[in-house]
Order: sequence, then structure tokens, then C-alpha cells
Amino acid sequence: MNSTSNGVPRTAAETQVRVRAGLARRYRAERRFRAYGLAAVALGISFVVFLFGTVLSQGLSVLRQGYVQLDIIYDPEVIDPAGTRLPDDLAVADYQALVRAALRERFPDVEGRPALRELYGLVSSAASVELQKRVTADPGLIGQRQRVTLLADDTVDMLLKGKVSRSAPEDERRLSDAQVAWVDALRADGALQLRFNRAFFTNGDSRDPEQAGVRGAVVGSFLTLLITLLLSFPIGVGAAVYLEEFAPRNRITDIIEVNINNLAAVPSIVFGLLGLAMFISFFGMPRSAPLVGGLVLTLLTLPTVIIASRAALKAVPPSIREAALGMGASRWQTVVHHVLPLAMPGVLTGAIIGMARALGESAPLLMIGMVAFIVEVPAGALDPSTVLPVQVFLWSDLPERGFVERTSGAIIVLLLFLIVMNATAVVLRNKFEKRW
Amino acid sequence: MSDKAVPPVREGIRTIGQVTVPEPVFACRDVNVHYGDKHAIKDVNIDIGRAEVLAMIGPSGCGKSTFLRCLNRMNDTIESARVTGLIALDGQDIHDKRRDVVQLRARVGMVFQKPNPFPKSIYENVAYGPRIHGLAADRGELDEIVNVSLRRAGLWEEVKDRLNNPGTSLSGGQQQRLCIARAIAVNPDVILMDEPCSALDPIATARIEDLIDELRESYAICIVTHSMQQAARVSQRTAYFHLGDLIEVGETKKIFTNPQAKLTEDYITGRFG
Ligand SMILES: Nc1ncnc2c1ncn2[C@@H]1O[C@H](COP(=O)(O)OP(=O)(O)OP(=O)(O)O)[C@@H](O)[C@H]1O
Ligand SMILES: [Mg+2]
Repeated sequence: MNSTSNGVPRTAAETQVRVRAGLARRYRAERRFRAYGLAAVALGISFVVFLFGTVLSQGLSVLRQGYVQLDIIYDPEVIDPAGTRLPDDLAVADYQALVRAALRERFPDVEGRPALRELYGLVSSAASVELQKRVTADPGLIGQRQRVTLLADDTVDMLLKGKVSRSAPEDERRLSDAQVAWVDALRADGALQLRFNRAFFTNGDSRDPEQAGVRGAVVGSFLTLLITLLLSFPIGVGAAVYLEEFAPRNRITDIIEVNINNLAAVPSIVFGLLGLAMFISFFGMPRSAPLVGGLVLTLLTLPTVIIASRAALKAVPPSIREAALGMGASRWQTVVHHVLPLAMPGVLTGAIIGMARALGESAPLLMIGMVAFIVEVPAGALDPSTVLPVQVFLWSDLPERGFVERTSGAIIVLLLFLIVMNATAVVLRNKFEKRW
Repeated sequence: MSDKAVPPVREGIRTIGQVTVPEPVFACRDVNVHYGDKHAIKDVNIDIGRAEVLAMIGPSGCGKSTFLRCLNRMNDTIESARVTGLIALDGQDIHDKRRDVVQLRARVGMVFQKPNPFPKSIYENVAYGPRIHGLAADRGELDEIVNVSLRRAGLWEEVKDRLNNPGTSLSGGQQQRLCIARAIAVNPDVILMDEPCSALDPIATARIEDLIDELRESYAICIVTHSMQQAARVSQRTAYFHLGDLIEVGETKKIFTNPQAKLTEDYITGRFG
């Protein structure tokens, strides 16, 4: 019977022979396909593990920071030689001198200007700010002696964390042999140790790694995203509802649809330039402000939100619309009572994807000046500020070792932000999906 | 609103049989429907009487659903659809600018081929119409409307203990009765049904047919069906459509025992369909 190898099988038996002949090949194809799939998943996971591994291993150390305890004498001669005790006078006093005096007291053998300068270098310049704060809060301290915990310099911090090699030749590390010896001495009597690094979460940016924190960038990101969400969600959903439920299908709506799809693919830097020209140059809004950042990111996320919302609206079965219209609901009621609630999970997913993209954007924000060096934590949407990804970019560019771990630390905060957002999305989605 | 008198059916229409009835709810004169270039309904003239069930039969694609959807202007939602001619509800053109489509649909309820309860609770399904039209002053009145509607739809006994369960959790037949309860909750004058039993088993079908028989006392009912037996069982008048033409209208008994048109006879004797 050569009809089994060519020609159309005519009997059930012939068909069976054909089917059996092909079976092995079909299963092989399936197994191969599954193997490809598994390999792809494994590769993806290994990238993610690698990413998280690097970031965590470099960034987690930012949770701890080197602090030094010194016996500070609040010398009235230094703080308030005139004896006025006026807050203005207390504020401008040379607190650095108190720190220097305390260090000299601790290491009385050190002599000569260069050696002393190295000694003073062990403590962060933030120490004087700390002392000033204490004295302003309680002028009664003046004339007293107090053991105070002060920020150590970032080089000391790096040594404590083992990120500066002791065995390296002296001129290749940023700490001299003498400094290493002092650090060891302080450590020996428990006056120098790693503690939880609150400053990283409460400070804004700084030129000194040990003082630099993410608070400014976190608040900036939060304000920027809040504005983006408040604008792009209602506008995007509104546009999607109009286009999907109300607009007539004609040439104009076709053109709008094509353009929205194109906008979603426009490089983000272009939106930054647009924002610069429109919001800052034309409308005269302040540079570096979360308000402008939010507006720019709104432009950027709108297409995503609109496209996702339209897809979600399209997926609502037409029978629901017919049921509502047939009951005498107006088109608006049909949308608000039935279609939109059913589309909500998809709409929210789209909005969150848009928000996640906005959170990670840096290029368009560089264009509108959110890349400036800003120490103050922004108090409102008009204050100059930066955002997390730009902060990462800024820190990654700096030479000090302390900024390397801070870069990774900021990335961890950024990822946490993302995880929280996605978790919120999942919760919201489940909440709305119960309506089915 | 001026009561524009419905003109008499013009001479020379092709439909065979008695298209008019005294004091009709709906009077349709020379109704045409186009979907773009497609001429789906051609010069249809027919009256629908009070307290009667009108069955519409005909081969697939002949325009039964299209015609039914003209009666509550559901074709408005289809962009390519264009409806011309006069469709008068109680003597007033339903396409009149002064008439509101929302009000029309509150008077002309619809039950669809596939049960389509809202993905909400059973209670909310029935309460939806009264709510949006503001028929109940308080919760007590709404409860009463829901109760009465479910009873009339013959569903009360089955669902009274689980009114808060989703409507979609019911069986197909129950869902269809829920849709009927939903439609009658707003006290319509007319109920349109497009193959309401096509997705149901014979027992559920029998229940719905009984229900239609009961509802006939209060509502005019227009039902599209592919089942000749169903048409014979539930309807008083029958209309036979063929390729967009209304071929024959008459008393159901007459149509099934003694059809006048050749096409009607061929269809009901099963020579094509
Ligand atoms: N939305 C639409 N756009 C274009 N043509 C349509 C549309 N709806 C129906 N038609 C056409 O109009 C004609 C009548 O359709 P209709 O749905 O009224 O038929 P029907 O009698 O209800 O058929 P069935 O018994 O299969 O439900 C058909 O030829 C159909 O192809
Ligand atoms: Mg149909």
C-alpha cells in the first residue's frame, strides 16, 4: 500500500498509520519547545539574580555607617567669646574647632600641621553641624563636657567596611598609615564603630559621601509620580473611554489612534525637550521642579495609559453593554456602572506600567534641570529637586568610594519603590476582579 | 407631542396576510434597514398588538434580529446601521427628535439570545433598572420591586436565599429568567426576545414558554425563534421573514396549518431553513 506514504488516506486504518508516523516528531517538537522555554526562563532568572546580587552586595553596606565618639568640651571661649548667648552668635561659631580640640586631646602625641590635618580628617565635616544643632537646642551645654557620637569621614567608613585594602601601598589608598593606626586605636577602645545609617534616609544630597542621603530624591520622585498619576490616570482613562465608547469611527479618530500609538514609541528625551520648551520656556514654570517633572512624565505615560485602557475596555464583552443599554441606561451610565468597573483591572495594570516607566525615567528629567545638585529636601512640588534614577546617575559619576555603595543603595530604594507599586497594583486588581 | 396619526399601510405591499391590528402598540410602516451597502430589511409593514405574542420566524440571516432591534433602537449602537421608515409606539414615531431613546428602552424591554446578567448580585441585576429610572423611593420599595419581578419571572423560589450571590453563578436557564425579571422590573409595555431559549435545555425552555404565556396578559411580546413548535406554542400571530422581506403575517394557527405564500410553506414544512 503506497497510499500510506503519499496521497490522501482513504480509510481509518490508513489514517491511523499516518498519525502514528507523525507522533514521534510531534512529541519531539513539543519537548524541544519546552526546553527552549525553560532555558529562556532560566536565563532570565539568572540575569535577575545577578542584578539583585550585585546591587545588594554593593549596596546593603549603606545601611551601616562609621561613627566616632569623642569627648567634646563646649568651650565658651570658642562658641561664644562675647558671652551674648544669642542664637545668631551661637549659630556662626567655629564648632570644627571643638572637634579638633577633642581629637588633639585624644591623641596628644600628634604634632605638626600635616599630621594634625590628617588627624582632623578622620571626622566628617558634618560633625560641626551636629554640635551646632546641640548647642542651639540647649545653650546650657556651654562650658560642659559631653561624649558625642559624630559621623566619621567616608574614608574611615570605607576602612571599617573593609573596602579599603590595608595591604595596599600607602600612596594608593586614601588613608595614610598614621590614620589607619588612629582608626585602630579608636576601635580598640570602642570609640569607633559601624551603626545604623539613619542619615542615608533623612539627608538630601551632599558632596561628602558620608552625609549624602536619598531623602531628597525619594521625596522628589514621590512628588513627581504623584503629579504624574493625578494627571495621567484621569486624562488617560477619559481619553480611552471617549475613543472606545463614544467617538465615531472615522478618519479623524483613526488618525488620533495612529498618533497615540506613535507617541508611545517616541524616545523619552524628546518629551524632555518638549517639556523644556513648553512648560519652562513658554509657561515660565520653575526649573528642576517636581511639578514640571510630573507634567513631562504625564506626557510620556499618557499613551501607555490610553492604549492599555482601550485594550481593557475592548475586552469587556459587548453583551454587557447591550444589557445595560437595553435596560434604558444612558451611554454614560453604561460606561460608569458596567464597562469601566469591568475594565478596571486592566486599566490599573496599564496605569501601573506607565507609572513604573515614569519612576525609572531619567533622560527627560535631565532636560528640565532635575539633575542639579540639591541638598535641601524638597518641601513642595515647586521646590528644586531630583529623582531617584537621576540621583543614581549623579552618584555613579562621582569618584569617592563611598558613593559606589550609595549608588547601589539608591538603586535598592528605587527597586523597593517599584515593588511597593506593583504590589499595590496586584492588590487593587484583585479587589476589582472580585466583581466578576 | 402631537399625536401624528399613523398612516394606513400603503397599497401594493408584498406581504401576504393581515399586517394590521386594531389599536396596535407598535405600528411599522415601510421600515428599511441598511448595514452600509447591505439592505437587511426591506419595506416591512407590520403592527404589533397589545397583550399578544408575535413570533418572528425565518431562515438564518433573514433579518429577524435586525428588525427586532429596530423596535428599541438598539441598532443605534451599530455605526453602519441606518434605519428609515416609520416605527410608531402608541402612535408616536420612536425616531422623533423629541423622544428620548432612554425612555423608549425603559418602555420596550429586551431579552437577548445569550443570557447576559450583569456581573453583580442577583438583587442588583433586578434592581438596576428601577434604580437608574428612579422607580423606588426607598430600599423597601426596591425590595418589593425585586421580589415581585423575580416572582413573575418564576425565579423567586430558587434564589430567595441567595439574592446576594452573583447573577452569573446561576444556571443558563436561571440566568435567562433573571434577565426576564430584570426586564419586567421597569414595567415595560413591550418585551422583545431574541431567541431567548436557544441556549437552554427543554425543561428550562418549557419554563420560559410558560412564563411568556403568563406575561402576555400584561405585556406585548415579540419573540424571535428558530423553533416552529415554540412559535406555535407561545404566539398568537406569526411573521415570516425571508431575505429581509416580510413574506407573510397572520394568526399563528393559520400560518402553520394553511400558509398562503409558497416560501412560508416551504419553510415550515422544512424544505429549507
Ligand atoms: N452589524 C452588522 N453589520 C453588517 N451586517 C449585519 C450586521 N448585523 C447583521 N447583518 C446582516 O444583516 C442580515 C440580517 O441579520 P440578522 O442578524 O438580523 O439575521 P437573523 O434573522 O437574526 O439571523 P439568525 O436567525 O441567524 O439570528 C444578515 O445578512 C447579516 O449578515
Ligand atoms: Mg438573530
